[in-house]
Amino acid sequence: MGRKILFVTTDQQRYDTLGCNGGTLARTPVVDGLAAQGIRYERAVPQSVVCMPSRSTMLTGQHPATHGVWMNGVPLPVDAPSVAAVLQRAGYRTALIGKAHFEPYLDPFGRFTENILAIEGIPTTEQPWVDGSTGPHRGFEHLEFATHGAAGMHHYARWLREHHPEAVGMYYATLDASVNVNAAGGGDTDAPQAHHNQIPRDWYHTDWVADRTITWLDSLGADDDWFAWMSFPDPHHPWDPPASEMSRIDWREVPLPAGYPTDRAERERNLDDKPRHWRLWYDGELVSNYEAPRDWVPATLTDDQVREINARNAVECELIDEALGRVLAAIERRGWTDDVDIIFTTDHGELQGDHGLLFKGPYHVDALMRLPLVWRPAPSAAVAPAVVHRPVGLVDLAPTFCAVAGLDATDWMQGAALPVDDADADGRGFERVLTQWDSELFGVGVHARTITRDGWVCTAYGPGAVHDGSEGELYDLADDPLQQRNRWDDPGAASMRADLLADLRAHRPPARSPRLQLEAPV
Amino acid sequence: MATVRRETRIQRSADDVWALVGDPARLHEWFPGMVASTVDGSTRTITTATGIEMPEEILTIDPILRRFRYRITSVIVRQHLGVIDVFDLGDGSSLVSYSTDAEPDAMALIIGGATGGALAELRRLLETGPDASAQVA
Repeated sequence: MGRKILFVTTDQQRYDTLGCNGGTLARTPVVDGLAAQGIRYERAVPQSVVCMPSRSTMLTGQHPATHGVWMNGVPLPVDAPSVAAVLQRAGYRTALIGKAHFEPYLDPFGRFTENILAIEGIPTTEQPWVDGSTGPHRGFEHLEFATHGAAGMHHYARWLREHHPEAVGMYYATLDASVNVNAAGGGDTDAPQAHHNQIPRDWYHTDWVADRTITWLDSLGADDDWFAWMSFPDPHHPWDPPASEMSRIDWREVPLPAGYPTDRAERERNLDDKPRHWRLWYDGELVSNYEAPRDWVPATLTDDQVREINARNAVECELIDEALGRVLAAIERRGWTDDVDIIFTTDHGELQGDHGLLFKGPYHVDALMRLPLVWRPAPSAAVAPAVVHRPVGLVDLAPTFCAVAGLDATDWMQGAALPVDDADADGRGFERVLTQWDSELFGVGVHARTITRDGWVCTAYGPGAVHDGSEGELYDLADDPLQQRNRWDDPGAASMRADLLADLRAHRPPARSPRLQLEAPV
Repeated sequence: MATVRRETRIQRSADDVWALVGDPARLHEWFPGMVASTVDGSTRTITTATGIEMPEEILTIDPILRRFRYRITSVIVRQHLGVIDVFDLGDGSSLVSYSTDAEPDAMALIIGGATGGALAELRRLLETGPDASAQVA
């Protein structure tokens, strides 16, 4: 019997939403406790700031350039490398419960396996694997999907329709009549994607994901080794947690985030200091990606809307923390606690008011790039608690799972097992993390490559709809933790910029060829 | 109105490709996610694997140009135009272009995004399918 792995992901959660990371709004005692017992990462960086590429990186251990999911809507091939398949072949029982999103949601033709499994109500199907063999879909013997509400084909939507049909219409409509991300305002402040949701808490997707995870764990034998990926759809918008829970936080008392300049003139000066697409989006003159509401203009954002969205987000984070606590209690009841590794993270962040913006897009700043990451090694492994300050990436998760399972990382994995402390990180060369953005939507292309190293973040833009290839961003995270002063053109930072760009070019991951096609908006 | 275009080169003659592409009742044979396509006059009704039935109006079947045009008349789109062109490349191979214009814009990508997979399946059927010659008989 080996170490078991509970991999917990959320969707679009900021670093500063956890108490252990200094957050003061949401109470997250469960994750905070794991951090106190384990390893907390101060600079965990995604390889993409949108869902499908980032989640594909978690599964494959590869950068987006290599696994090929270069933007949302590009499906990860069914025979792509999968760490779950590696574990399953080694004898692990494997499950993914909650949000997968390796394949597009918007699929009227029923072409993608995730949607087909949900339609047919079956736990998995036989598929080709990267080594030419076959096995359960992406290595998971059990799959149950959920996303942000009751629309779509996933298992949670089916469950809600079958058992609580009266609740289906209680959720915010994520998409509008034009199939764009909905800009309609709600809540108390008419904030986009805010909504009073009357759904009982027990029926909400966060609790459903935990319930289904517990049910699957309870189906396992006492001596089974297992890898459970529990993937919460929250706190991704829409911000519509159960109304019964909103009394936890009075949004009127929520302080405005440090990254939100309350003075409009200052906010706009900061944006003007960045490459043009920032200000163009803020003014409603450019929509470069599908993930933010096309009909919402960030310049209309109000202080109270920022407060309410942060409050709603915090409630969602608390519900996740409590749901995780229930799963840990179930693990304790099985007597597994000493042999279970728990890794908690997310796929990317959320602007949530920073820079006067919401949602996400081609903006490689801490709001989207600094992630919560906590690893509580199995107590039986006797790893000392630590805080790691060196940069690590989500690309390092798959090798970490292999290491926990006592397996060598495969040759297709591009990261390395997470360091257990800074000395370990220094000894194994954790110096830099790379992030990329590519989007091409109806003639508008944006391309960016970013390196995080030595306390700096440097982004170079490739030629596209509004960039000629000479633009960039350069931030000193120590002097400018809110990334409000772009030093790309600062002569005093020229040598640092040149050094980082050279390093970025030198470590560019190999690109999949031919490039995979965009097959849906998301 | 947004536009999406996908294309592929197929190592079969344009006539061979057109024999399949130009028959509106055979769309489901090469378009993944379609389980049926029935034709009644100038109306084609396709059924997807998710159970959606979409009526379409056939606008053009031109065997000389090797051009097929149609529009979805279902309420899921406000406007739609699909165009499939088969070009003879003069070396025994052909180029197939499949364009989708639609309003709302996102529907162009939802529908048009699937056409890349359709062209890949068309190429597979015609180049390497177990009964490739029968496909165009």
